Amino acid sequence: MLALQILIDGFAISALYALGATGFTLIFGVSGVLNLSHGALMAMAAITAWAVADMVGGNAYVGAAAGVIAALICAFVTFRLIVRPIQNSRAIPGEEKEIFVLTGTLLWGIMIQEALAYLFTNTPKTVRPLIEGVVSIAGVRVPYNEVLTTAISWAAIGLLWLLVNRTRMGKRLLAASMNPRGLTLLGHELSSIYLLVWAIYGILAGIAGVLLGAFLGVSSDNAGTLTASAFSIVVLGGLGSVSGSLIAAFVVGYLETITAYLISPTIRTVPVLLLLVVVVYVRPQGLLGRR
Amino acid sequence: MYGRKACWDAADMLRNKIFLLVVPLLVVLALLPLGADGYILGLLTLAYYYAVFAMSWDLLFGFAGEVNFGPTFLIGVGAYTAALLNHYWHWSIPACLAAGSATAVVAGLVLAVPALRLRGPYFGLVTLVAVLLLQNMLVLNAGLTGGEIGLDLPDVLAVDDTQNYYYAFGFMVVSAAILFGLSRSPVGLILQASGQDAIEASALGFNVAKHKLVAFAISAFFSGLAGAMLIFYMGTASVGTVVDIAVGVNVIIAAVLGGRRTILGAAIGAIFLIGAGEVLRPLGQLATFIVAAVALIVILFLPSGFLGRFLQPGDRQ
Repeated sequence: MLALQILIDGFAISALYALGATGFTLIFGVSGVLNLSHGALMAMAAITAWAVADMVGGNAYVGAAAGVIAALICAFVTFRLIVRPIQNSRAIPGEEKEIFVLTGTLLWGIMIQEALAYLFTNTPKTVRPLIEGVVSIAGVRVPYNEVLTTAISWAAIGLLWLLVNRTRMGKRLLAASMNPRGLTLLGHELSSIYLLVWAIYGILAGIAGVLLGAFLGVSSDNAGTLTASAFSIVVLGGLGSVSGSLIAAFVVGYLETITAYLISPTIRTVPVLLLLVVVVYVRPQGLLGRR
Repeated sequence: MYGRKACWDAADMLRNKIFLLVVPLLVVLALLPLGADGYILGLLTLAYYYAVFAMSWDLLFGFAGEVNFGPTFLIGVGAYTAALLNHYWHWSIPACLAAGSATAVVAGLVLAVPALRLRGPYFGLVTLVAVLLLQNMLVLNAGLTGGEIGLDLPDVLAVDDTQNYYYAFGFMVVSAAILFGLSRSPVGLILQASGQDAIEASALGFNVAKHKLVAFAISAFFSGLAGAMLIFYMGTASVGTVVDIAVGVNVIIAAVLGGRRTILGAAIGAIFLIGAGEVLRPLGQLATFIVAAVALIVILFLPSGFLGRFLQPGDRQ
């Protein structure tokens, strides 16, 4: 019974983690950017969904849509206002751009987080679930919302896979991650590809944020932890490798769930951190990393 | 060797300019207790410890080119070692400070020896994870460490504001002199070279790993010592003041604001940051927002910080 409970809860959490980390790793793969405002973006999507749903009288669908749109806008702003200027700056030497993008997005994340805390306080918000009720799977009571979370996460990841592997647009994305210069020589506009990546990222992070808000509840204080967990999953799976991130998300999701159920919820994140340290030392390129 | 000669001349010139700026400032700060009240002194005392945090961080980031997202790992190890020894075994303050900084160096080396094989984001991640692990350990062993509430210390550095101020001030000045001198020494130049182009630096025959390790140990020493002194000033050690990620972020903001690769800029950035935080305090949560926004604007439009142009050695064009 407990094993089944762990299996189901772990699956839902892992799917959610995978969704959150996919966009993060996609941006790194295509444009070499590690966006440290990721957690703040997810928190913003969740809190927007919560606030808008409240405003329109409890319509969960309108709220969720608003959350995803807010994340999309925020992703564009992050790219246009923070990442692009740093990458184009002449005053910053090339080898330090990476560090500046990290610091810049970190500060941007803090700004979003503090703005959220100021506008909506930092108490945890639970987004109204899209469907209510409980279903019984082999004797384990599972909220419909948990099933839906898992389903939406997988659907989004599946769509992303189709987009990347089966469309011309996706081929261009892949090419950009392999050799940006070669792609520009073939006459493709690199900046429009970056915009596309950030759009995909914004939507994925937005969906992940809203689902997380409905599943576990999100407060602005979670921004740092969310970034850290996406970062850990992505490093564990190999920076830039989407399939690696999916595997890593399941490792992390199950490790956390098992720890929480069998040992104690208070040390939930500790085994993951230890595993991460070991992986980074023994195999710095991650499970499926290319470098 | 003609290139190096030119470099030293430039450094001499800069040094004069720096002395013109720093000496009057130090005189004013040293005489401040004559005129200022306890509130201002207390604020500056805190700012001076932050200044040492930021300067130690700049040695790693600005010179060795390693972005350490976990300055509070080193600070926290130093602070909690000192706190535990003082709380449970009643070691004297100097002994606690020595033990705290020594443990911070050991912890720093344990972290750095394997981590320096990693580059860029991986190194940053390991340092970040180190902080999270330390924080988890401290909170989970709350019975021993006081957890989130903190551990009270039987001893304090001094009760008097002025005396505390001078302890912190003296400590900051000595640390700044050592770190600044180091950054302008041949070792500092080699560090800078390794940070900018590790392959070329090692091709020139410098042992990059050894120099970075030394930089890490020195950074750890000053961070740990400053952390230990800070808790003896406050009379209590808590996760929120010496370990939390937010503290580390403030240290990073201070160093970036003041100007990386300057050491002294980091100190000025820290004092500015603490001052600004206090001035903006009535705004509540918006204060952090504004500070982060200012730091972001500085990064975007003035990437070498307030004092970068003025203080950076090896004049880049």
